[in-house]
Amino acid sequence: MHNHPALTRVLSMVVFMLLWQAAVMLLKPDLLPAPLAVLTNLLEHINSGELPHHLAITLRRIAISFLFAMLLGSLLGLLMGHFKRLDLWLDSLVTLALNVPALVTIILCFIWFGLNETAALIAVIVNKTPNIAVTMREGARAIDKRLLDVARAYQVPAARTMVKVYLPQLYPYFLAAARGGLALVWKIVLVVELLGCSDGVGFQLSLFFQYFDITSVLAYTLAFACIIFALEAGVLRPWERRVLKWR
Amino acid sequence: MTYTVDIINKAFVNDAGIATAVIRNLGLTLSNGEFVTLLGPSGAGKSTLLNLIAGLDNDFEGEIRLSKPDGKTARVSLMFQEPRLMPWLSICENVMLVCDGSTSQRRSSALHWLSLVGLSGAEYQYPAQLSGGMLKRAALARAFACEPDILLMDEPFSSLDIPAADSLRQLLSELWQKRRTTVVYVTHDITEALTLSDRILLLSSHPMQVLEDVRLTSQRPRNPLENELLALAERFKQSLADPA
Repeated sequence: MHNHPALTRVLSMVVFMLLWQAAVMLLKPDLLPAPLAVLTNLLEHINSGELPHHLAITLRRIAISFLFAMLLGSLLGLLMGHFKRLDLWLDSLVTLALNVPALVTIILCFIWFGLNETAALIAVIVNKTPNIAVTMREGARAIDKRLLDVARAYQVPAARTMVKVYLPQLYPYFLAAARGGLALVWKIVLVVELLGCSDGVGFQLSLFFQYFDITSVLAYTLAFACIIFALEAGVLRPWERRVLKWR
Repeated sequence: MTYTVDIINKAFVNDAGIATAVIRNLGLTLSNGEFVTLLGPSGAGKSTLLNLIAGLDNDFEGEIRLSKPDGKTARVSLMFQEPRLMPWLSICENVMLVCDGSTSQRRSSALHWLSLVGLSGAEYQYPAQLSGGMLKRAALARAFACEPDILLMDEPFSSLDIPAADSLRQLLSELWQKRRTTVVYVTHDITEALTLSDRILLLSSHPMQVLEDVRLTSQRPRNPLENELLALAERFKQSLADPA
């Protein structure tokens, strides 16, 4: 087993599903459908075209807000890490922003900007940017000046210094920020959709909640979790292996 | 052709605002292709001087003129006390980093210099996979690969054991005889200075000034046990122990 980490991961999921199915068959609870029922339900939602539609909308929101939050957060964090005065000015603001509940930002955005797409995206970005800024600030502070001195002493062109000397020192921090960012952004996007959108997975979940349709709630969750899982395994982990192979 | 270094005053200011002069009224003239060693006690400010020449520190009074007859500024390379290779770049990429030209030109000159320092076969390994001696060789290849007009070396072999340091010094001599470049070599090791240099500048500390400027004319490879060199070594030892 030790040689097949991927297999172990899959197996743990299978065992979990089997236990779930067995528990439902034995105890017959009212409010917990069996995994097979969820799966059938999921296929129905996919075939009707309604799940792909809402899922695509939600994924689009995640992608846009994640991208903007990463850009803004990295820029802010790097500037704060490199310029002490700016850091002093912004530090308490960032700490404040970190501790404002997501719900408050979301409500305020919808009130100020209206119940529209832009407000929804701004709400997510405002929630996530401070976390990324804090991680990237750590990265900027950890930059090894002695390695930059090598580039300076050898008069290495600025672009090459950036790509080969400066950025590689930040990759672990970018990765950590992206990881944590993705996990947080998709959760916030669902809340935003629940509160102020008329489409997307979050909106659908609120409908199912009103009808007490637990099977559909679980079916949507399953579809969603699969996609996040695939992103992690297909994009983030290979990227991590590539940039950290020298270790 | 010569380069001139003229430091009127270089001071460090501590947190309390008190300035300590590290270098004062120090003038150097470097002739092209000359191997000059700065010999002085540890902590005298020799590394500070190299950083000034390398352009890493611009906070000083004085003037450093490194222009060539064609008006261009001399290409400088600096070998640090520790190898300072980028751990995320392979040995070859580390050398390529400092080369000029197209990617293929940079690769071929990196591979050329790596083979000259005896690192053929290790080009695509990462620094973490190599021994201390091999890392120094890679750093030496990097220092030569950018085709410097002036090569600055800051006690480059001081952290190695004696046999490894000896073989690297010999390698440096060979490379330098192949490609004559102006070398400014910093050390506190008298024997090392006597075996490598054309010219030795004996330095004092606090503040750093030139005590003696000695030219060595004997043939290489040199035996540090020759009478003439032994006598010099004895004299240097005296001055370093008792600068006044």
